[in-house]
Amino acid sequence: MAGITLKGVRKNFGATEEIKGIDLEITEGEFVVLVGPSGCGKSTLLNLIAGLETISTGEIRIGDRRVNDIPPRDRDIAMVIQSYALYPTKTVRDNITFGMETRRVPKAAQAAALAEFAGLLQIDHLLDRKPGQLSGGQRQRVAMGRALVRKPEVFLFDEPLSNLDAKLRIEMRTEIKKLHRRLGKTVVYVTHDQIEAMTLASRIAVMDEGQIRQFADPATVYEDPVDLFVAGFMGSPPMNMLGGYLVRDGGMAVLCGEGATQIRFPLPNRIAGRVAGSEGRAVVLGLRPETIFAAGTELPGPDRFVFERPVVVDEPTGPDTMIVFEIGGQDLIARVRPKDARPGGSTFRFEVEMDRAKLFDAKTGQRL
Amino acid sequence: MKQVSGIVRPKGWARTLQRVLLFAVLGLFCVYYLVPLFVMVSTSLKSLAEIREGTLLAPPRAINTEAWAKAWRSACVGVRCNGLQPYFVNSVLMVVPAVLISTFLGALNGYALTKWRVRGADTIFALMLFGAFIPFQVILLPMARTLGELGLAGTIPGLVFVHTIYGLAFTTLFFRNFFIGVSNGIVQAAQIDGAGFFGIFFRIVLPMSIPAIVVTVIWQFTQIWNDFLFGIAFTVGESNPVTVALNNVVNTSTGVKEYNVDMAAAIIAALPTLAVYVVAGAWFVRGLSAGAVKG
Ligand SMILES: Nc1ncnc2c1ncn2[C@@H]1O[C@H](COP(=O)(O)OP(=O)(O)OP(=O)(O)O)[C@@H](O)[C@H]1O
Ligand SMILES: [Mg+2]
Repeated sequence: MAGITLKGVRKNFGATEEIKGIDLEITEGEFVVLVGPSGCGKSTLLNLIAGLETISTGEIRIGDRRVNDIPPRDRDIAMVIQSYALYPTKTVRDNITFGMETRRVPKAAQAAALAEFAGLLQIDHLLDRKPGQLSGGQRQRVAMGRALVRKPEVFLFDEPLSNLDAKLRIEMRTEIKKLHRRLGKTVVYVTHDQIEAMTLASRIAVMDEGQIRQFADPATVYEDPVDLFVAGFMGSPPMNMLGGYLVRDGGMAVLCGEGATQIRFPLPNRIAGRVAGSEGRAVVLGLRPETIFAAGTELPGPDRFVFERPVVVDEPTGPDTMIVFEIGGQDLIARVRPKDARPGGSTFRFEVEMDRAKLFDAKTGQRL
Repeated sequence: MKQVSGIVRPKGWARTLQRVLLFAVLGLFCVYYLVPLFVMVSTSLKSLAEIREGTLLAPPRAINTEAWAKAWRSACVGVRCNGLQPYFVNSVLMVVPAVLISTFLGALNGYALTKWRVRGADTIFALMLFGAFIPFQVILLPMARTLGELGLAGTIPGLVFVHTIYGLAFTTLFFRNFFIGVSNGIVQAAQIDGAGFFGIFFRIVLPMSIPAIVVTVIWQFTQIWNDFLFGIAFTVGESNPVTVALNNVVNTSTGVKEYNVDMAAAIIAALPTLAVYVVAGAWFVRGLSAGAVKG
């Protein structure tokens, strides 16, 4: 069993630094999901852990071994590469067994592992084809199979499900979760899919520009983001970010918008206490769409605030309807039950759960 | 072999006219290229008497293969009158190892230069490329001396050595350009799968490069088989390759000029390159249509 430790890891490509000092402590058996915008260095970080790139400075440990100078094949890892990188001249079968072949796994064990995972990944009817004859999603599953059959200590997955259709993706997600439960190996998993991140991760690492912004369990990352970047990145549709000023109005409140359409959002005591005395400070109020709903449609709770705004457009998604409205020139989204939705133009009474609101400093982006 | 039925094409008389013109021009070029070959083949099949009486373009009245037999077995090359046969064998003994070794090393070079980020890879490659542009006359004397030091002067292994060295620049260039287009991910995946430098080369990369191998083999074979300069400079008498022997057949004068024998000898000397185009070309098409490079 092996965890992964990164200490001050940096990576330069020529003159530009793409990984800017990463410290991560991944305990053994953990399922860590790496998320972040395109180009932030997720694949590069995986390549560093795998040994496909050499780190510029810092230290990487897998288990209790320092692996800086150990080549990929001796690191006891398996990886799904973002571009699949199947061997074009080999059949699906030989693609999957190649890793066992080079490690001289007995034929019988190879066949057993192949049968197990080909069934799981629903590719058993494709075993004699060449990669050129597969669809994108099928190739991706073969790449997945190639990584899974070897059962190493550490799995690295770079967007392994990105090309599958919605149904298959959910199935595979569940299979991966079950597999992780069964094998208990350490996994580092890159995805752009929010739900994948939330459902699979034991901890999520949010990356931006070569740095880790937050590393915590999914609930914390979602409900307790450390800054504007993390708050805005996690969640779909994204958190509403409303610019405004702190004012004193009985308790503390955030004043948003201008003129006749100004709205004061009263802050719950928990937050108000932390910003007491800094009236006039520019802040950003973060309200997740699901914390804004039609007034009176949820059980009453503490720190509710009701206001009225005209609906700009309504966007039904099936289980919920998104209502877009506007405060001070900024579009906001509320998530309401379909039967409460009203068409564009009509006035709507919104209720917001202020005790789930997040407050950020407008200048630094840090959570207050 | 090729699927054309699904391709959408514009129709109409202008289009038809264009096609007709296109094929007329193509046909003209075909004739232009094929006439000399026709003259050679037909002349080689005529008797000397017929050559003297008839015109160049007339087909042979009766097929006469004597000239071929003579060119192969008994034409005089200088003072020896054993035909082209022994020299043809020389050429085969030279071309096969030279092509195989230079192609193999070129593939290995191209792979190492593109997939293993060797330090100074670009400089090494630039220098090798430079080698492709050296005029061969320049290296005749130093190479003669080198061969002398190695004890290979005047031998077929010596010639193999020279062709391998000077072929490397080209074969490396071909393979490097091919491997540049091969995704690095494949090599990375193989590394993680536990294969080493040579394991990846032989089991993953080489099977992918059949199109490049075929192009390189055709190129090298044609170059080396047709070479005259190195052949005449670095071999003597009985170790001459067929190109040098052909020259000697044509230049050995024993009274009458035997055009039919000369023509037959020339065709014999040219046949292997034709054969390589046909055989390797078929492989080439097969390699491409098998989608060998799609990842
Ligand atoms: N070999 C390389 N040479 C130079 N720059 C590189 C190299 N590999 C990656 N980069 C740069 O490093 C940055 C991070 O790339 P990386 O592939 O890690 O992004 P990513 O987070 O995986 O993005 P995506 O989500 O789109 O896959 C990018 O700006 C990229 O251009
Ligand atoms: Mg990536």
